[in-house]
Amino acid sequence: MGAEFVQFSLTPILIGVLASIACALPGNFLVLRRQALIGDAISHVVLPGIVVAFLLTASVAALPMLIGAAGAAIVAVILIEAIKRLGRIEPGAAMGVTFTTLFAGGVLLLEQTDTSSVHIDVEHALMGNLETLIWFRADGWGSLLDPVALASLPPELPRMAVTAAILTVLTLVFWRWLKISTFDEGFARTLGLPVGAIGLGLVIAAAVAAVAAFDAVGSIIVIAMFICPPAAARLMTNRLEHQVLWSVGFATLSAVLGYVLAGYGPLWLGGSNAVSAAGMIAAVSGLILGLACLFAPHRARVGVGREDAG
Amino acid sequence: MQGAQASEPRLVLTSDASASPAAIPASAPLAIRGLTVSYGERPAVFSVDATFPEEAMTAIIGPNGAGKSTLLKAALGVIPRLSGDIRVFGDPVDLARDRIAYVPQRASVDWDFPTTVMDVVLMGLYRRVGLLGRMTGAHRAKAQDCLDRVGMAEFADRQIGQLSGGQQQRVFLARALAQDAELYLLDEPFAGVDAATERAIIDVLKALKAQRKAVIAVHHDLATVRAYFDHVFLINVRSIAEGPVETAFTAETLHATYGGKLAATHLDQLSLTGV
Repeated sequence: MGAEFVQFSLTPILIGVLASIACALPGNFLVLRRQALIGDAISHVVLPGIVVAFLLTASVAALPMLIGAAGAAIVAVILIEAIKRLGRIEPGAAMGVTFTTLFAGGVLLLEQTDTSSVHIDVEHALMGNLETLIWFRADGWGSLLDPVALASLPPELPRMAVTAAILTVLTLVFWRWLKISTFDEGFARTLGLPVGAIGLGLVIAAAVAAVAAFDAVGSIIVIAMFICPPAAARLMTNRLEHQVLWSVGFATLSAVLGYVLAGYGPLWLGGSNAVSAAGMIAAVSGLILGLACLFAPHRARVGVGREDAG
Repeated sequence: MQGAQASEPRLVLTSDASASPAAIPASAPLAIRGLTVSYGERPAVFSVDATFPEEAMTAIIGPNGAGKSTLLKAALGVIPRLSGDIRVFGDPVDLARDRIAYVPQRASVDWDFPTTVMDVVLMGLYRRVGLLGRMTGAHRAKAQDCLDRVGMAEFADRQIGQLSGGQQQRVFLARALAQDAELYLLDEPFAGVDAATERAIIDVLKALKAQRKAVIAVHHDLATVRAYFDHVFLINVRSIAEGPVETAFTAETLHATYGGKLAATHLDQLSLTGV
């Protein structure tokens, strides 16, 4: 693992790890609140937002893309609430209707417009372009100390690092509010806590993570990381503090193992082409969840899918 | 039968909409004026006035769907109200939150939540400690003491899902004790608990009353009203009656509250006055 690893694999792996952690952190609370689908919804509606931003600005620069995606996420959250309240429809159905419709709208817009000159298509939206985020100027581990080489890092890396840092700080600062409003909303209200704002803030934080991760790693990883690492982590422990740490560990493991398996796995099996890193990372996170379901210490809990002990 | 009504001025068997609501005494732990709450189009609680006395244990009584829990939750701002003025010791609720402790219905939370008994009791200190304040050893000692008062001292490190229903209810009560309040509001504290837990809870509540605290509980077991409480508030969407148990908990008020839903044989067992 030398110069070649630093140049071709280090940055994609780091970006994958940071994106996975940024999504897994809010995912813990979304899963406990039975709102895991929100992450799914957000990562789908990002597509029409990005297409509209491209149509308006005729560029694929990061800022308009992020603004477009964030705008679409906000529209989606408002739509979901509106459908829920006006149509008296259960939350899961409202989310399902909203994100499939908006995603389909995004696909239609994409096909109707000439985006062939730029790298924006459905496959990119799903898979991202993790493998292409290489560090051209790097020629070994020494480049980590070389300002010239560091300046040529793919911009997705610092962006993802800042996002993951923001999500970490928010999780730590608002820990008590998140915990109590997730566990006992009524009691939280009697303490005078802004329960509605906490819930909305959580969804917005998840949207920020999804939008920032979407461009680099695609929506497959985003959807998987909101759900798989937190759900697997829940089976490892009965304490929320430990669950969040486990989820970060599982997210990291998925990203590293998934990237390595995608890049080298086919070669080990005698194939010649690497497979999609995003797809493999998501698949590994699903595999971890599957193993946790089978072997984790707290998979049998009171009233949760446990067979009658009698 | 009519004797009770005549001798007790606080009995409000007939509600006169044109009468101006009574002034709110600043000493009242909880006073409600003109509270209306609605789920959809049908009001769950309609134009209710209530003044709960200090240093007393009050039961909120009424049939299923009469708005007992709704009244409590709306008074605390847990659910929105259409109208109504709520005062806690004379202040708006938002200014009196430090003086209120609340025990929600046990079934209202997910007991599979990954947390321990100690953590839940410490939640009662969140308001005092703040968002980022440090939980000290003194806080933990206090929480442990509250667990001890409900007989759950040795369960501090258990995951809450591993408790029986009665134990869960006692943990909720310990959390309310940790809040160190002056007004304790409990939503069906005896629902689905074992006899030992019921005994433990009532002992704690009576100790609170002895410390001059006000206790208000939504209660569904008419057979224990007389033994546990000294005041009652009867509700069936509208307020029916309020007052001391001796004068307000009568066959007449119960009939007005429950209508035909209460069997005569049941009434016989309550050793009511005025029958």
